[in-house]
Amino acid sequence: MNPFSSGTRLRDMIRAIRACKTAAEERAVVRKECAAIRAAINENDQEYRHRNLAKLMFIHMLGYPTHFGQMECLKLIASAGFPEKRIGYLGLMLLLDERQEVLMLVTNSLKQDLNHTNQYIVGLALCALGNICSAEMARDLAPEVEKLLQFRDPNIRKKAALCSIRIIRKVPDLAENFINPAAALLKEKHHGVLITGVQLCTDLCKVSSEALEYFRKKCTEVLVKTLKDVANSPYAPEYDVGGITDPFLHIRLLKFLRVLGQGDADASDTMNDILAQVATKTESNKNAGNAILYECVETIMSIEDNGGLRVLAINILGRFLSNRDNNIRYVALNMLMKAISVDAQAVQRHRATILECVKDSDASIRKRALELVYLLINESNVKPLTKELIDYLEVSDQEFKGDLTAKICSIVEKFSPEKIWYIDQMLKVLSEAGNFVKDEVCHALIVVISNAPDLHGYTVRALYRAFQASSEQESLVRVAVWCIGEYGDMLVKNVGMLDVEDPITVTESDAVDVAEIAIKRQSSDLTTKAMALIALLKLSSRFPSCSERIRDILVQQKGSLVLELQQRSIEFNSILEKHRNIRSALVERMPVLDEATFSGRRAGSVPTTVSSSTGATLKVPNGVVKPTAAPLVDLLDLTSDDVPAPSSSGADFLNDILGVDLSPASAHSGTSQAAKNGTDVLLDILSIGTPPAQSISSTPDIFSPSQNQKTPVASLDALLTPSPVSARAASPQAASSIIDLLDGLGPGPTVPENNGPAYPSIVAFESSSLRIMFDFSKSPANPQITVIKATFTNLSSNVYADFVFQAAVPKFLQLHLDPASSNTLPASGSGNVTQTLRVTNSQHGKKSLVMRIRIAYKIDGKDVLEEGQINGFPRDL
Amino acid sequence: MIHFVLLISRQGKVRLTKWYSPYTQKERNKVIRELSGLILSRGPKLCNFVEWTGLKVVYKRYASLYFCMCIDQDDNELEVLEIIHHFVEILDRYFGSVCELDLIFNFHKAYYILDELLIAGELQESSKKTVARLIAAQDSLVEAAKEQQSSISTIISQATK
Repeated sequence: MNPFSSGTRLRDMIRAIRACKTAAEERAVVRKECAAIRAAINENDQEYRHRNLAKLMFIHMLGYPTHFGQMECLKLIASAGFPEKRIGYLGLMLLLDERQEVLMLVTNSLKQDLNHTNQYIVGLALCALGNICSAEMARDLAPEVEKLLQFRDPNIRKKAALCSIRIIRKVPDLAENFINPAAALLKEKHHGVLITGVQLCTDLCKVSSEALEYFRKKCTEVLVKTLKDVANSPYAPEYDVGGITDPFLHIRLLKFLRVLGQGDADASDTMNDILAQVATKTESNKNAGNAILYECVETIMSIEDNGGLRVLAINILGRFLSNRDNNIRYVALNMLMKAISVDAQAVQRHRATILECVKDSDASIRKRALELVYLLINESNVKPLTKELIDYLEVSDQEFKGDLTAKICSIVEKFSPEKIWYIDQMLKVLSEAGNFVKDEVCHALIVVISNAPDLHGYTVRALYRAFQASSEQESLVRVAVWCIGEYGDMLVKNVGMLDVEDPITVTESDAVDVAEIAIKRQSSDLTTKAMALIALLKLSSRFPSCSERIRDILVQQKGSLVLELQQRSIEFNSILEKHRNIRSALVERMPVLDEATFSGRRAGSVPTTVSSSTGATLKVPNGVVKPTAAPLVDLLDLTSDDVPAPSSSGADFLNDILGVDLSPASAHSGTSQAAKNGTDVLLDILSIGTPPAQSISSTPDIFSPSQNQKTPVASLDALLTPSPVSARAASPQAASSIIDLLDGLGPGPTVPENNGPAYPSIVAFESSSLRIMFDFSKSPANPQITVIKATFTNLSSNVYADFVFQAAVPKFLQLHLDPASSNTLPASGSGNVTQTLRVTNSQHGKKSLVMRIRIAYKIDGKDVLEEGQINGFPRDL
Repeated sequence: MIHFVLLISRQGKVRLTKWYSPYTQKERNKVIRELSGLILSRGPKLCNFVEWTGLKVVYKRYASLYFCMCIDQDDNELEVLEIIHHFVEILDRYFGSVCELDLIFNFHKAYYILDELLIAGELQESSKKTVARLIAAQDSLVEAAKEQQSSISTIISQATK
């Protein structure tokens, strides 16, 4: 019975759903239908099973849950008739995917159907298997599929070929069984079989080098001939697409030839002629022809070098690039990216066209073109290209600005020929799209400015002008505020005028205005405001006339709800009021920031693409970090009398730039390599008397981009927010990391160091069936923690399944068990299972370890339990 | 490899989905939501490719329906456009100038046709005629089974009269 002929009911349901005016109505209809279907399923209704399943598929497509219908698919598949099987398999493919365990139940039905006498039923089974089989099913049914590759009907052979692709993708080990039957498919005449056969061979090459060698030797010539035949074939209406016979076959053959030719000169040589023919003779006025040309170009670019062919290929791309069709231009850009590694010079010739594509109205094309431009830039063309890009930045779409800005910044940093040009370009970017500029780019800019003493005056004036024009750009404001804080006097006195500059009159109070605006602006974030406070402090000493006004601004911030700002303003205020004698020394100009150290720090974090924003401050190369304690003490202990000059090490320049607010973050960056320094810093913080919880807990938002759970400071940051004591009680894991930290240990408790005193290994437990060895290790810096590696050996001739080791310790110990290496213990000592235990002895030195253990496992499905007590631990653990 | 095929109407309603890579139901809904937002908002003159989470989506609009196929970064986009067109032509031939309503009320037929065209995310047949023939043969098998069923039921009903 046809599931749908009598099925006005399915139509009715679809109509009813379509008639719904609101989502709620639709849900009601679906709910009613689902209820009816569930009822029918419960009654095991046979007559309407197929119709119900069809309805469920429709409901599923609307996005409603339909898992309750999964078993119905299996029942339909198991029935005898073709109509039931057809709908059953369709349901199976729609409602289930490879990760559902129910799918295993269908393996048997599939096996039967693969051997069915009706070829259409075999076809259904192959299709289902090809679309959703899991690795287990692939293993179980691979022999059947392999047999079907030689089936008499070509339509089954082609399905079997695609099904084999799925199987070898799931289980690459099975590839070698398919090599020979796949090679046989390449000699076929039926296009469907050829297409699928070529595809199967291509996929086999991906997973097996053996297959690649075999096909390269045996099949290259056959394939070249096949391609020649299809390229020269007369008009064939069945396969014709826009005047070309079977472009799909063309493309698959070209793709396979590419795989064979890559890295093999002989194979590449064999295919040269036909590639040249395809590249020159294919009509390019229709999409199908262009698809073939595109594939052909990629093949030419990938196989071993043949100069003449490559010229041909680049010319085709040039033609593509000037095509009016956006699709063709898109693929041309795509392919030029690959061509650039082959022939950069040829790609450079198309630079102007590519640059136009950056300004295209189509986001996909813009993105491609921008990436290509980025690759095209070198020292000789950086100036004009950057100018073009920056000009475009003004008019580009908002959503494109982020990408564009990141690329421009990266280009400018990478290729800038001189500092003034770098600073100019960065200022333009900041004024245009400051909100899209990443923090680390601003930091880099500040380092460069700091290192260019002859440009200080020029820069600060340029920034002042830029700020007047576009004060809504956050990053610009930050850099401007920092520079005015440092070089405000140069701004006012027009120090270091360059010839290119127009003179500018700025009064002292104008300069203070900038910082004041930055603080009072609604949209400023915490970092900007904090930087502005520092700038004000610095200006108060540079501009004595504005000192009163600055004090007023600082006093206003005393009421800030943000602790960080409040604390700063209070402390700065006290500097202004009580420590006039040391103020000028305290707020001296920053020492020059060390460029080399900075670029070293950034090397890991900002590679050619600038997209990686997080973790920039974390990737500190070894050895760069100097103790961070001193500058932090500076910053926090502002009332102390001595003012040590900050050293120019990489870790502390961030504090130098940004001041106190970043101190935990920079301590953080310092500690990822040198935990001890971090500890000192923290201890210092804790001991100087400023409320530590305040200064730290106010920072998480600044902190957010850098997360590294492994470093002690990060965990401390998390812990300190409530209170250390409660955190210590919270979890043994966290507690141990605090202990680590205070003891000045290496990062994280998870990495046991093997440099502690050696302890003898012991046989902790031995029965007739099982032996457990314990190996100990301990870090000397933290004697309380012992890491025990337990090795389990099976002494019997049975395999132990579901092997579980449990241990209990008295209260003065804390125990942490890592997962075991396996839960199956092979027989007769032919393999071990290991598991790591970590014991923290709170009575270290007074009591030694003791432990009760229980081991559970299964032999042939029977549970076995063994128990014991271990007293023989070495002393001093 | 084609990871999935989507048919979305201009109103964002899903008309067909076929997944060749594993996606959970939740992921599927997310994918559909994201892509329909991305694709339906694109203007008519723009290129037919959208880059999306490291993959590419090739789409083409036919009347009120968007046919979308998601492929790997290094697959041939232009060819996928041809595959979409191939599929549409076969649908057209089968339904006789296909419209959205055909695909709604006979969605299962659209799936049957797709299954003759793609398996495991790879193209199976480049001849429209062969696909049409295979579908027709299977449809007639269903018809035959139906007739047999009804003839049996008439015999039974006559016998029990």
